[in-house]
Parts: sequence; structure tokens; C-alpha cells
Amino acid sequence: MVHINDYSPIVGKPNIDELFFMARYLEGKRIQNINSTAVGGGVAEILSRMVPLLKQLGVETRWDVMKGNEKFFETTKKFHNGLHGIAVDISDEEYEWFLEVNRQNAAELTFDDIIFVHDPQPVALIEQRKYIGRNWLWRCHIDFSKPDKKIWKFLERYIAKYDSAIFSAPAFARKLSIPQILISPSIDPLSDKNKDIPEAVIDQIFSKFNIDREKPIITQISRFDYLKDPLGVIKAYKLVKKHLDIQLILAGGGAIDDPEGPIIMQQVQEEASKDKDIIVLFLPPSSDIEINALQRGSTVVLQKSLKEGFGLTVSEALWKAKPTIASAVGGIPLQIAHKYSGILTHSIEGTAHWIKQLINEPEFAKRLGENGKEHIKNNYLITRHIKDYLLLFISLYHQGEVVNL
Amino acid sequence: MHEFLFNTKVDQTILLGRKARILSELLTHIQTVPESSIYFHTHKYLRQHHFLSPEPPNDFAYWITEVLNEPVLGERISSVDIVQFRTLEELRKTFVDILQSHIEGSERFPSAPLGQEFHFMASRTYVLRTPYIAHSLEEFKEILKCVSINSLYYHIFEAKLRLENKENDFSKWFRDLGIIQLADQVERLDPYTYTLEGLRNKIIRLVEDNGTH
Repeated sequence: MVHINDYSPIVGKPNIDELFFMARYLEGKRIQNINSTAVGGGVAEILSRMVPLLKQLGVETRWDVMKGNEKFFETTKKFHNGLHGIAVDISDEEYEWFLEVNRQNAAELTFDDIIFVHDPQPVALIEQRKYIGRNWLWRCHIDFSKPDKKIWKFLERYIAKYDSAIFSAPAFARKLSIPQILISPSIDPLSDKNKDIPEAVIDQIFSKFNIDREKPIITQISRFDYLKDPLGVIKAYKLVKKHLDIQLILAGGGAIDDPEGPIIMQQVQEEASKDKDIIVLFLPPSSDIEINALQRGSTVVLQKSLKEGFGLTVSEALWKAKPTIASAVGGIPLQIAHKYSGILTHSIEGTAHWIKQLINEPEFAKRLGENGKEHIKNNYLITRHIKDYLLLFISLYHQGEVVNL
Repeated sequence: MHEFLFNTKVDQTILLGRKARILSELLTHIQTVPESSIYFHTHKYLRQHHFLSPEPPNDFAYWITEVLNEPVLGERISSVDIVQFRTLEELRKTFVDILQSHIEGSERFPSAPLGQEFHFMASRTYVLRTPYIAHSLEEFKEILKCVSINSLYYHIFEAKLRLENKENDFSKWFRDLGIIQLADQVERLDPYTYTLEGLRNKIIRLVEDNGTH
């Protein structure tokens, strides 16, 4: 099991010491995380890493998973789609069932000092506040930039009763009567997807996929769906290919719930069948080491999304000091300062232009990659995420712009 | 001999829920956001990109240059010499004056593409005691080598502009000890033109030059 001190060689001992200093201010406080899934999905993944680390710091932390039946989760799936801007229809009866399931869970749960509720599914547990008091925080992990108005209005009634709402990117902030706090997600540098791996392993994985490491390699790791624009990536590759002999890797899984997914996949495969230097890899979910190796073995990494949440694949590439070209959407501009820690583009032509520049100017590309890695090290690793959470809990007890603890 | 207590600080980022797509909106918000927002947007790069040299400009200049494609105005905003300011209100006024004069004389009204609006945020700062206490210059130097960059940041930047002290905490301590030359040397540094590690090394060298080899 990973220990908090294992991060010392990566972020420096002073930063780990600070986490211990901060944890002292939470002595005697018990923190309770509540979400809706124990496994699968980003929230469960981050909680399964975060909860043990908080305990090692001396913070009494637990994690409860709410219960719900198929009807409840069908409704919350509709919430999820609606909050992402997809048209959905939710009946009054479904809203009522959503509240009923929250009330049933509230009756079974016991509550701690700080109740940290994740995402919309358990949001209505806040109804208990009028009976038990305590401190309540609501953490939104999803893209909230253009929510369905009716769903938002429904959720807002409950969100407004919390002490604070926490969002992952500035664009997700809403007009709310409670404080809104920015806490970006993070990557774990000790996970299989991000840990250092020997060059021999990288070689082995590239030969397994029959990819020539002698020629420049451009890679995009992402699901094959419209919003990740794999066809736009192929167009940019073709513009570059007129001048430079490069290879393109498109690697990722499929999007099961995306109706356009199969059409996009078919088009990508058609393009790839015409050019042996376009390598399409459909990877199963357990491919973390392969993804790690593909990123590390690439000359340039792309993330040419049309829409993005935070864009953690960008953090992953930058952490590996890879020169990265990405669209200026979602949380990507937080991670890349244009021409300092990577390149932000807005078009296929712009992407092609910068691929050529980075391949022809390896020193500039190297500097971008090094700056990108430092930026991720300082701002988007799990240790910073823990620091933000500790501060969030501490801030419940101390108000003001500058607070001397 | 006086002691020097090393503090450190951690910041919470508050989302103000206000955004600008055009210069006049940027101006309106700069005029009305809390001081802690002006501080956030002029110091975020320093905190987040403290390894970069040369330093990227403040958030306003970056957005004006890279998103609105107004390099001349961007340069004017980025060259505001923050170290010269004693208060955040003075700094705010300078940005307001530059933006007002530009908007009045301009015939272009560029607008940010969707998704690239300027989002206003603010900093809430928490100051924590560390266990490190220096009783001598020698101890000060050794501790400065190992404290986090946040501690250095707090004593140099936060102390002066945010807490409106006359000088940074290190210079004040050196002056209290009667080491006036060192106090003046550290006070004269323009900390905005160093990376934070570069600044740490520079101060250590100055301390060594004052007799702590």
C-alpha cells in the first residue's frame, strides 16, 4: 500500500511536512465522504486513494456509499446527461423517487462532524441538516458549464443549503448564494498510469503494437467519441505528413453510451486502413501500463478535444514531460500556459502548424515538456489535492481573507 | 537575540462566478471585485509557475494578449511593476486607468471565443506556524534551504503587498538584528523577476556574503 511519505521524493519533504502541519488543525474532527459508487468511475478512484492517505496524516476519515435501485440510478444518469447539455425528460415521479431514496439513505446513515457529499446523487441528504446541524460540503466532479435549466433549478435548492460548493474548473462556477471553491482534480504519480517505467518496458510495449520508435510519434489517448475529435487529429496528421515522415497513434476505449461512437470508430478505422502510419489501438480498461508507455514513447502528445471536463490525460502527458498540444477547452487552459508549458490550439491547421514546430525544434519542445512537468508537479498531483481538501475542512472553522491559524 | 519564526501559507481559491468576454466587462469587474481577486490574478502565475523563467505575465495581460489578441495593451498591463506598489488598491487603480484609456481610444472591440472567457477568482490565505525557528543567521540560512517554497513566498510577497507591511519579513528581521546592509540588499531585490528557487538561492548567497559561510 502506498504511504504518504512515498511522495516525498517526488514533491519534496517540505510539502509533505506541510500536510502534517495542516492535519493537526483537524484533530478531533471526523470527516465522512458520501458518494454513490464503491468502484468504477473517477470519484471512487480518487476516494480509494485519498481516504487512506488522509488517515495516515492523522485525519479521521471514512467513506460511505449510498444505496439505490435501478430506477434511482436511471434517474441520476438522466441528471448526469442533462447537466452535460443533452436533452432529457425527467418526470415529477422520478424527482420524487430521487428524494425518497435520499431520505431512505439518511435514515440508515450515521453522520460525522464534516459531511462531504460527492456529486448529485446524494445531494438531498442535506435535508437532514435541519435536524442534526453539522458542516456540509458539496463536491461537484462533473462539467457544469451548461446544465439543463430544470435539473439545475431542482438541484440548486439543495446545493444552496450546504456550507460551500466545490467545482473542478472556473467555468463550472454558477450564481449561488454559498461560497464556491475551486479544487482541481489530480493524478497520482505512483499509479500504474503515471509511475516511472524502464525504457525496456516502453520498447517492449511499442514492439508489441508494431510501432517504429525511430520515426517521430504523435499520440492522442482518449475515447473514440465525437467530442475528442479523432477525425480532426487525423486531418492535422495528414497536413503534417506532407512535410514530415511521422506516425500517429490513436489509442483508447470506446464510448458505450455514445450513439455516435460506432460511426466515429468506423470512420477512424477506414482512414487508418489507408495509411500504415496511422495506428489505432482499442485498449481494454486494464491498460494503464500500456497507456503510460505510449505517452512516454511519444514525440508529441495531442488532446484535440472539442469539449473537455478537466482533461486529466493532459496532466498525465505533461507529468511525463511530453510536449503537449491541446485545445483550449474545459480545464486544459489551467494546465497549459500557451508557449510556456505546452501549446493551446483552436483549429486543425493550428494543431498541424505546432506539431511541425515541435518536431523541428526539439529544444523548444523539450523546454515546454519540462515546464509542463514542473507545473503538474506543483499543482495537479494528488498531494496538492489532499492539501486543498485539508484546507477546505479547516476553512469551515476559520473565516476571513487572511487567516492566521 | 531575536528569533525568526518561519510561517508557511496555503491558499484556497474562491470562484466569484463573474466572467468577462470583452475588455469593458474586464474593466467593470476589475473595478468591483474584492482586493483578494486583484491579488490572485497578479500573483497566480508566480505561485503556480514559480519554476518558469522568464516569468509569464499576470492573468489579465495573458488573457488580453493570448485570447483577445491585443498584444500592445497586453504588454502595457504586463509591464506594470508590481513591486512598486504598497497597496492592492493602488495596483487596481493602475489597471483601471490603463484599460480605460485604451477602451476610450480604441475602435476594435475583440471578444473572447466561447469557453475562453476571463473567470474572476480570489485567494483566501491561511497562515500556519512551522516548527522552524532561527536563533542566528547561520540557523536562518540552514532553515531557508529546507522550508517549502510557500514559506519563502509568504515572508517575501504576502508580508509586503497583502499585509501591507513596510518591508518583507526577512529584511525586517535583519534590520532588527542590526545587519542593515543585508536588510537593504534583500529589500532591494525585485522578487518578481526571479523564480522562487532562484530567489531562495539569491537570499542564501546574500546571507553567506554577510559572514555565515
